[in-house]
Amino acid sequence: MSEHQPPGSSDFDARLRAAREAQAELSGKKAEARGDRQSSEKIGIGMRIALELVAGVIVGTAIGLGLDYWLGTKPWLMIVFFVVGSAAGFMNVIRTAKAYDRRMAEQKAAEAARRQNEG
Amino acid sequence: MASPLQQFEIKTLTPLFEIGGTPIGITNSALAMIAAVGVVSLFLGLGMRRAALVPGRWQSMVELSYEFIANMLRENVGSEGRRYFPFVFSLFMFVLFGNLLGMIPYSFTFTSHLAVTFVMAAVVFVAVTIIGFAHHGLHYFRMLFPHGAPLWTAVILVPIELVSYLSRPISLSVRLFANMTVGHVMLKVLAGFVVALGLIGGWLPLAALVGITALELLIAVLQAYIFTILSCIYLNDAIHMH
Repeated sequence: MSEHQPPGSSDFDARLRAAREAQAELSGKKAEARGDRQSSEKIGIGMRIALELVAGVIVGTAIGLGLDYWLGTKPWLMIVFFVVGSAAGFMNVIRTAKAYDRRMAEQKAAEAARRQNEG
Repeated sequence: MASPLQQFEIKTLTPLFEIGGTPIGITNSALAMIAAVGVVSLFLGLGMRRAALVPGRWQSMVELSYEFIANMLRENVGSEGRRYFPFVFSLFMFVLFGNLLGMIPYSFTFTSHLAVTFVMAAVVFVAVTIIGFAHHGLHYFRMLFPHGAPLWTAVILVPIELVSYLSRPISLSVRLFANMTVGHVMLKVLAGFVVALGLIGGWLPLAALVGITALELLIAVLQAYIFTILSCIYLNDAIHMH
């Protein structure tokens, strides 16, 4: 122990290091938990996207069949609205995926900013 | 072995009256819904009975579920969403407890019926449309035409956007219904294997059954979450229009 250091400071350093390590371990565990939550979120996203596509086609075809029945134009409007419904389904999928992309990018940016503040 | 679809059968327990030849009564599905409402009320009411500043275990469970939905609304809708908190919270708790109570053996999963989930999705859809028109008036029709697109494309884009808008209640209701039905059928079929293979070979499907049960619990919570967050996203679309 050098003379300009007050007594007991090396003890303090050791304790500080131990506390920092414990803190790092704890935040590591937190990051792990975040990863878990993200993986269950991905199951949700997958289920959403698959159904989004089908729903558009079903609704389009149903509208077409209904209009055909009403106007007596079998089968033309059904064919037209089947195509329109498919387009709507694809648009739903693209929209869901884009919204998810944006959320992911925001999360990554927030994470990076947090890390910069810490480091 | 009983049919795996038998569990979804609707049975009238106490017939009440008839409307135009259609018998109305308390069915096992209605009983399950009443039970879900009762359990939610007990969970929230008894949890907050002694509203302490430092919450106990039960009270913090209640507060967690409150904060979960409050945060979801704040993040997805913003401060305007606070007015709709009671509805969104009720929706979430009803679906969540419906899914979870359905996991108890011999109980009934009312969310595995399209009639139930479609009514909930239709209520959300109609409410969101009314809120949209109330906020923006006839401007709400701009929803059907993206900003910045050339005017002549309206012929193609408006029908597509209309179908896309109308497909919301379908995807919302079918998602919940299909997930719950498939999960329960799978559990029943695997349980049938356990009985059929007996003491010698039944252990393997039994082990799988334990895993699938855990997965089903995850899906029960996840689907309630998805149903609610999509309602929030639709609400946000109606209030802020893209």
